Amino acid sequence: MRESGEGMELDLTRVKEGETGTRADQAAPAGAQTQAEVEQMPVFDIQELSVYYGSFRAVRDVDIPIAPQHITALIGPSGCGKTTVLRCLNRMNDLVETARVEGRVLYHGVDLYDPQVDPVEVRRRVGMVFQKPNPFPKSIFDNIAFGPKIGGFKGDMDELVEKSLKAAALWDEVKDRLKESAMGLSGGQQQRLCIARCIAVEPDVILMDEPCSALDPIATGRIEDLMQVIKKDYTIVIVTHNMQQAARVSDMTAFFTAEVNEQQDRRTGVLVEYDKTEKIFTNPSNERTENYVTGRFG
Amino acid sequence: MATTVTGPSPTDVVLKSLRGSKVDVKSRLFEAALLFALSISLLFLVVLLADVLVGGIGVFTDRGMGFLTADLSSLPNIAGVSQGIVGSFLMMFFVVGLAFPSGIGAAIYLEEYAKDTPLNRFLIVNIRNLAGVPSIVFGLLGLAIFVQALEGFTGGRSMIAGGITLAVLVLPIVIITASEALRAVPESIREAGFGVGATRWEVVRHHVLPIAAPGILTGTVLSLSRALGETAPIVLVGAVTGFLATGDQSFAEQLRGPFVALPTTIFNWASLPQAEFRANTKAAIIVLLGVILVANALAIFLRNRYERKW
Repeated sequence: MRESGEGMELDLTRVKEGETGTRADQAAPAGAQTQAEVEQMPVFDIQELSVYYGSFRAVRDVDIPIAPQHITALIGPSGCGKTTVLRCLNRMNDLVETARVEGRVLYHGVDLYDPQVDPVEVRRRVGMVFQKPNPFPKSIFDNIAFGPKIGGFKGDMDELVEKSLKAAALWDEVKDRLKESAMGLSGGQQQRLCIARCIAVEPDVILMDEPCSALDPIATGRIEDLMQVIKKDYTIVIVTHNMQQAARVSDMTAFFTAEVNEQQDRRTGVLVEYDKTEKIFTNPSNERTENYVTGRFG
Repeated sequence: MATTVTGPSPTDVVLKSLRGSKVDVKSRLFEAALLFALSISLLFLVVLLADVLVGGIGVFTDRGMGFLTADLSSLPNIAGVSQGIVGSFLMMFFVVGLAFPSGIGAAIYLEEYAKDTPLNRFLIVNIRNLAGVPSIVFGLLGLAIFVQALEGFTGGRSMIAGGITLAVLVLPIVIITASEALRAVPESIREAGFGVGATRWEVVRHHVLPIAAPGILTGTVLSLSRALGETAPIVLVGAVTGFLATGDQSFAEQLRGPFVALPTTIFNWASLPQAEFRANTKAAIIVLLGVILVANALAIFLRNRYERKW
């Protein structure tokens, strides 16, 4: 399964202005293959991943293949390293100076941590929605337009903004106030704006780091519905504290937990189990998973 | 029946406990002490201002704006501060032109680009120390470097030497205030920028700087008013003996020639024996305070103007 991705050569190194953002040549069209073939060709293949912050090992030995056009949920108690793993997928951890990665994160067969890979190019293909809505303090329009503009987008920006806002189910609410500040939107609207901003750069994958933790149940429901709609076009990886959310929205679930590290008295995250969501929540093979999903622990 | 006849009702009990019984002496005392501290500092300020205004206002009522336009003179009744004003303003161009770009640039590097290495931490600590170095030390530095070592360029005890000295003096302050403004930009904004595939330069240029700009602007204009009021360094560099040339000299000659500034004019007059110069000194202080007030008002105006503008 790991060897299969190797044949696909992907150029993630910096390309010239104007040549970026063409998604068609990155991912093989999923429709042409059988389900089994799709599952054999993960978008990401995380292999023996360990992440250190300085000398502290935050998470160790994670192996997860992530299938295209699926929603993969990373669940587990606080401090188990789910967010750390998520942030390896678009090299957001590079922004933390002390962070160091061991193992491999293959993206369509290319190791994201290869020295030739430019993290900026990675992030254009692997977008991210953060825990707290973080719109730019600019107009709604500028929030969407920024990513495409720096990515060298030459087409009709009005059209792209409309398309992105529609895809994020926000268009009807904001179409008359595109020039107004994004800070005037409600929390749920801001988060959908962040999703629209992410979609606007036409990524391959969308990473979501507890996207609903700052939202009320109604706004959460809208985001979850939205995820179901956009997963046709995007691979989604979501970190969530909310087990019901994972059970509701995801196809695959990875359960992490934290193990106390005897030497440093700090907790290192480990992957306990990775399987179909249904199996994780109804018939997990690991006792620790069962304890967690049934509420006996965590 | 018998159970309810005597004793306070439950409401009364709750009310009594909620009222509290004793006066909170400690809070009152603390508040009084804080108020005392505030009034002490205000008192000194008011006394200073009153003294200056009472002593100096006569010059303006007698001579009107003539005091502002008159040149230096040994006769108190015709002496004015025009050269001091021109000198101070010219030196501010050096501060704006030298200290602002390099200070803001250094701050951007330290906050957005520099890695957290021991060397960089050492640099930051030293910049903070530099901001606390007495200004006379900068004057000595100016004397040694800009007046003597670089005499060929600055022309010795000149406006250029004084201006560069003041620029170097406020440089650490500019770096520190700009750094603080940059640090106040939420990390989530940077992450949002990186998240859509922006380079560090794009994140800084499009998001961090616009958000930090009002804070940077305020800090830099405040450092400008600090430079306006500095006396010791430019006295050392030569302003005290100088006499800003006006008239037939070219601008370049003026820059490389002797100079005065508002604070050195005050310093000069204060040391003269004639009683009439005392009123002039106070009038010049009023002018200097006015200029600094305008600069600070400008800082506040700019901050309000650009804050949250999108």
